Amino acid sequence: MAYKRSKEDRVLSVRDLNISFETTNGKVNAIRGVRMDLFKGETIAIVGESGSGKSVTVKTIMGILASNGKIESGKIDYTFTNEKGEKETVDMTKLSQKEIRYRFNGKHIAMVFQDPMTSLDPTMTIGKQITEGMLLHENITREEAKTRALHLLEEVGIENPEKRFKQYPHQLSGGMRQRVVIAIALACNPDILICDEPTTALDVTIQAKILEVIKKLQQEHNISVIYITHDLGVVAKVADYVDVMYAGRIIEKGNINEVFYDPRHPYTWGLLASMPDTDTDSTRLFAIPGTPPNLLEEIVGDAFAPRNPYALAIDYKAEPPMFNVGGQHRVASWLCDPRAPKVELPEQLRDRLAKMKAEAEKLEAAGEGVQ
Amino acid sequence: MTQIDYTKEPLLHVEGLKQYFKISRTYTTKAVDGISFDIWEGETYGLVGESGSGKSTTGRALIRLYNPTDGKIIFNGHNISGRLTKEDEQYLRQNMQMIFQDPMACLNPRKKVYDIIAQGLQIHKLYSSKEELDEKVYGILDKVGLSKEHATRYPQQFSGGQRQRIGIARALIMNPKLVIADEAISALDVSIQAQVVNLMRDLQDELGITYMFIAHDLSMVKYISDRIGVMHLGHIVETGTTDEIFENPIHPYTRSLLSAIPRPNPIVEKARVAMTYDKVKEGVDYTQGWIHKVTNTHSVLATQEEFDKWSEDAKHFKC
Repeated sequence: MAYKRSKEDRVLSVRDLNISFETTNGKVNAIRGVRMDLFKGETIAIVGESGSGKSVTVKTIMGILASNGKIESGKIDYTFTNEKGEKETVDMTKLSQKEIRYRFNGKHIAMVFQDPMTSLDPTMTIGKQITEGMLLHENITREEAKTRALHLLEEVGIENPEKRFKQYPHQLSGGMRQRVVIAIALACNPDILICDEPTTALDVTIQAKILEVIKKLQQEHNISVIYITHDLGVVAKVADYVDVMYAGRIIEKGNINEVFYDPRHPYTWGLLASMPDTDTDSTRLFAIPGTPPNLLEEIVGDAFAPRNPYALAIDYKAEPPMFNVGGQHRVASWLCDPRAPKVELPEQLRDRLAKMKAEAEKLEAAGEGVQ
Repeated sequence: MTQIDYTKEPLLHVEGLKQYFKISRTYTTKAVDGISFDIWEGETYGLVGESGSGKSTTGRALIRLYNPTDGKIIFNGHNISGRLTKEDEQYLRQNMQMIFQDPMACLNPRKKVYDIIAQGLQIHKLYSSKEELDEKVYGILDKVGLSKEHATRYPQQFSGGQRQRIGIARALIMNPKLVIADEAISALDVSIQAQVVNLMRDLQDELGITYMFIAHDLSMVKYISDRIGVMHLGHIVETGTTDEIFENPIHPYTRSLLSAIPRPNPIVEKARVAMTYDKVKEGVDYTQGWIHKVTNTHSVLATQEEFDKWSEDAKHFKC
């Protein structure tokens, strides 16, 4: 699906963001020059393994960075319609955490956390937790808030909302709790919804339902969604646009079809190939060797080079810039430099990509036939 | 892969295993409610199901972390159900080992890796000299891809994948016949998951270990297992070889599980809607059903009526 991004619809633009953490062992450079955009109504997914900096990035946007974290440089421009109905752009990095919390959190930018067991308050009823934000941010009565909360509960697929409204989190199952968390996030009609591994703690069957709920609500309310996940299957299901992160940098980005059907970075190859495929009987799973780098040490060259079987000599010396490989597809790998030797995809992955494309084409052909 | 001899006596025979937990005077949770299955030597048996289906409880009951309420467990000729004799207990503790889910929580933070791994041998006095013990510990560390230097460190000095390797080393040093891996990879990153699964497979080929692989990630289970049992609410609703479960799933719960696996193919995935299965809505009562054989290895828990209906539905199913 090709869609156009126009500048007027941009809600969030992150430029050259650098974040470090002061720890007892020294300074950790968690985010190293991140650039990303979010447009009205679209879904972007940030993919990467733990420690790659995906959570830190969105936490900075939310203004909930840990106290030892420091924004070294860069800016996060957020464009929104203010109380007077005018378009306003603010740089979130210039605001204090308190200010972000007071003006934006919940109201403009809301977040769904990974674990619904811990993100709800066990001592408050579901109803109170949903209406809390509304009563704080908006000038409405308790009754109005309750009506809206019940409507929200219905929207996220909870049956019998009147009864659930009065219940406590422990009386609900994991999937139901995550639905409540989504209802809370949407209580004040935010423009941006950030989902930090929203389904990792849930079962596959429930995962599918939660993803469908988020998708439905996104279309109805026209919100932009940022997903953080390490599950490429989830990304394929929900995202329009993908950013692959590794060691604090975005190493490949593009619209979903570009990244999934034509991956260019060896790390993305590894990620795609290491997912077991339910369709093929491969005897051995492709594994990325080694472990992610320690960000306490300064990284010279490409951070992925030590784990990369396709690493070139230059990978150990200089950090690759973002190469434009056509369309919206950008890759930070020296392999995309015109002077680099041509590298063949791993055989296993090539077969799988061919199969994926064939499947997708078949489906598209069938879809056109129906129309 | 090595060929498995299914005509032999199974390594583990479980019959009517029940594990109840008494919550209060009037309420009892039936976590595992009468399940039967066999595991043969050298194979990998995958047990899948959603959380609360009783799959972990089954594993823990087998290795006798719980006292099963009822049922018979025969492990390589030893009866390990009911009250254990000293001899049977010793056999069980030496020959059945477990790999736990969370590598952060299952290793004692106050012990060095060497002591964690050597503990089993020390308890059972399975070495004659310090040199032999050293040799065994360093040997197993090498097998799981760690080095001798790692032995003197503490668990918190390792990454998640490395800790899971320590967990595997601890299980394998006893030279067990059966290893129960309870969600052994779900706490790990995708790129590390593949490493650990490959390692488990290599060790199986080398040492001929039997695995019982408990997981909720069906794609990984498909990759590693020879046979699969699907659990739901304390019952095994369908069991069969990996191909049978994936190619010809009969039970609607199995089908809903299969259709819920997200696949990394954006165009296909966006168009697909997952199947849902609601036991109550469909009016399925597992206690009413009995085992129907589809083939010699493939069986489904159902009443006659359900079985006919599901078999018919299954012909139209394409996941």
